[in-house]
Amino acid sequence: MDLSYSTAERDFQTEIRAFLSQNLPHELTAKVAARKPLGKEDYEQFHALLNSRGWLNGHWPKEAGGQGWNAVQQHIFDEECFAANAPRIIPFGLRMLAPVLMAFGSPEQQAEYLPRILDGTDWWAQGYSEPGAGSDLASLKTRAERDGDEYIINGQKTWTSYAQYANRIFCLVRSSTDGKPQQGISFLLMDLDTDGVEIRPIRTIEGGVEVNEVFFTNVRVPAKNLVGEENQGWTIAKFLLLHERTNIAGVGDTMDALTKVKAQAAKITRSNRPLTQNPHFAARLAQIEIDLEAMKITNLRMLTEAQKKGAPGPEASMLKIKGTVIRQAINDLARRALGPAAAPFPSEDIDGNLTIAPEGHAHDAAAYFNNRKISIYGGSNEIQRNILAKGVFQP
Amino acid sequence: MNFDMTDDRRMLSDSLTRFLSEQYGIEHRNKVAYSAPFHDPAKWEAMVELGLLYALAPEDQGGMGGTGFDILCAFEPLGQALCPEPMLASLMALRLMTAAGADIDPLLTGETRYGVGIGEIDAPYELQDIQTEAKSGKLTGRKSVVYGGADAERFLIAARHEGKLALYDLAASDAQIMGYGMIDGGSAAEVLLEDSPATLLLKDAEPALEAALDAGRLALCAEAVGAMDTLYAACVDYLKTRRQFGKPIASFQALQHRMIDLQIEIEQARSITIRAADALDTAAGPRAIAMAKNLVGRAARLVAEETIQMQGGIGVTWEYPSAHYAKRLVMIDHQLGDTDYHLERVIALGT
Repeated sequence: MDLSYSTAERDFQTEIRAFLSQNLPHELTAKVAARKPLGKEDYEQFHALLNSRGWLNGHWPKEAGGQGWNAVQQHIFDEECFAANAPRIIPFGLRMLAPVLMAFGSPEQQAEYLPRILDGTDWWAQGYSEPGAGSDLASLKTRAERDGDEYIINGQKTWTSYAQYANRIFCLVRSSTDGKPQQGISFLLMDLDTDGVEIRPIRTIEGGVEVNEVFFTNVRVPAKNLVGEENQGWTIAKFLLLHERTNIAGVGDTMDALTKVKAQAAKITRSNRPLTQNPHFAARLAQIEIDLEAMKITNLRMLTEAQKKGAPGPEASMLKIKGTVIRQAINDLARRALGPAAAPFPSEDIDGNLTIAPEGHAHDAAAYFNNRKISIYGGSNEIQRNILAKGVFQP
Repeated sequence: MNFDMTDDRRMLSDSLTRFLSEQYGIEHRNKVAYSAPFHDPAKWEAMVELGLLYALAPEDQGGMGGTGFDILCAFEPLGQALCPEPMLASLMALRLMTAAGADIDPLLTGETRYGVGIGEIDAPYELQDIQTEAKSGKLTGRKSVVYGGADAERFLIAARHEGKLALYDLAASDAQIMGYGMIDGGSAAEVLLEDSPATLLLKDAEPALEAALDAGRLALCAEAVGAMDTLYAACVDYLKTRRQFGKPIASFQALQHRMIDLQIEIEQARSITIRAADALDTAAGPRAIAMAKNLVGRAARLVAEETIQMQGGIGVTWEYPSAHYAKRLVMIDHQLGDTDYHLERVIALGT
């Protein structure tokens, strides 16, 4: 056993760290550090910076123009990005659709869309969930009817992240009602500017807007936008899910969040001593640190295993469950640490005029509420438990 | 043993519940709770007319109650309706004014509304950490997160005076008040004092402040129990209605068991709150209140997080009432001492 990174991996880490510290604009990292909501241009700026260095698509295979990073390299990269207070990489085009197009797309689709994902021309949204199809995704009802060389789409998607920034959407649609529900699903690419598409924002619990409802009324989509074969969409969806899960534990983000909550607690005074010296708070902090220490190794063990096998197996569900629970526990601690100062509704008004929470922490309670989503989206933790239980009890 | 409320109290509770369900539906609540003045002054007046403040004031001071069980009967319905009206501040002000022997008529009639400024940035919970000072009838310091403070007309302020913690009465116009909305609705304010003229009400106010804080803590526990009841019922309904995999998700045993765990915690929260109400203003009061605030803090967070999770995406949307209940339940733990603080008190206060 050797738990340390190899020399090559450490060099890689140093290289990323240096690049980010020299090139990330301070205004951007300050916003991320304070957990303020980011705008489209913030993400685009970061994407463009990484693209200029060839790292935006580092995980793409070399023949597709990427660096061919393996899972461990990808993990190191993510870890460094979080530690540097970089925005997260918007995954829909780069980490979800791109691998799908490489595996199932036609040469024409690859040539058309991959460069546009990379240079930021296209911002993709993901059209999976529907009001009646959440955990039970295969029951989706958005209809795609073939009409000559077009499909006519009718239905509704929901929880569509950043659809307000997107110009395109990849959707799972029902192209057939024959057989099992999974058998009649197709994977379709759509232009959000098409007539009959309507996007309505959904305001989330803490007051922000990052998800949307997307309505389709007689939307005409060229049949050439079908990825793979008609009614093969479920296979593609499962493939995509597997890719989505390689970074599912979010260890980099969580390590960074723990560092921040420690620094925050050291600055807060309770009964004439820093909060870090309050035994109850210190115990909560240590408990999370223990869980995270184990999680780091669990994550690396599974990444190494996935690297050997080519793709992560069902055990990735463990990473999703434990990773989100630990992340939420840190959000909980950051909120607790503020005491009464967690109360103000986060707005620029109060921020600008008066400090109530310590500098950079005015959004901690909002972040706690917002992050309740992470154990719900991407297959809820209940669904992940079903996947794991199936592996144990119905192998 | 008798766990029934007296007829008077039941009538108060019933009429308040009726008023809130007719006049203070969740849509109205969300409209007023998140934009200035972060409550509905007209509804406040109507609630004063219902006699709610009289119920919170002792009989020998012109009130009609003021015991722990009166607090329970008033704040449970407020919690059920997620009412953002500044009743907590009024309860604490009534207690403090009564202790100081001041005239509470302007409060009871709704003529004057008070905010109560005790906590500070570096003294969120402990009275001994308070820094605000009084010199020759003038106050200097800053009171932080003063509940209901955005549009209060007067403030009761805890300040150091000749080595003791004293209580002062201050007009809002004599200080700089910076009001803001809270993440779970309702208002608070920063009260900035710089040689602000104020009237001394009570020289040695520490016992009165502790007693007012305990009454406030009991009120928050009762409010949380009310809010948990409503949130739990909404979640049960949702699980019965929401269908996935061809059946209501309520049919999954994994979810049923989690709901039952919540039900048990809610009943425990109700019991410890009744225990605390019974002990208020007795020697056993402080420890019983600390126990209640600790248990309710834990239960409220569990109920909030679990109902969000089980309701799925809809649970984290602004449009869905449950999200606002969950926020309130989590944020109650940030008021007047959190679970850790009250755990320490339970330990410190011994048996």
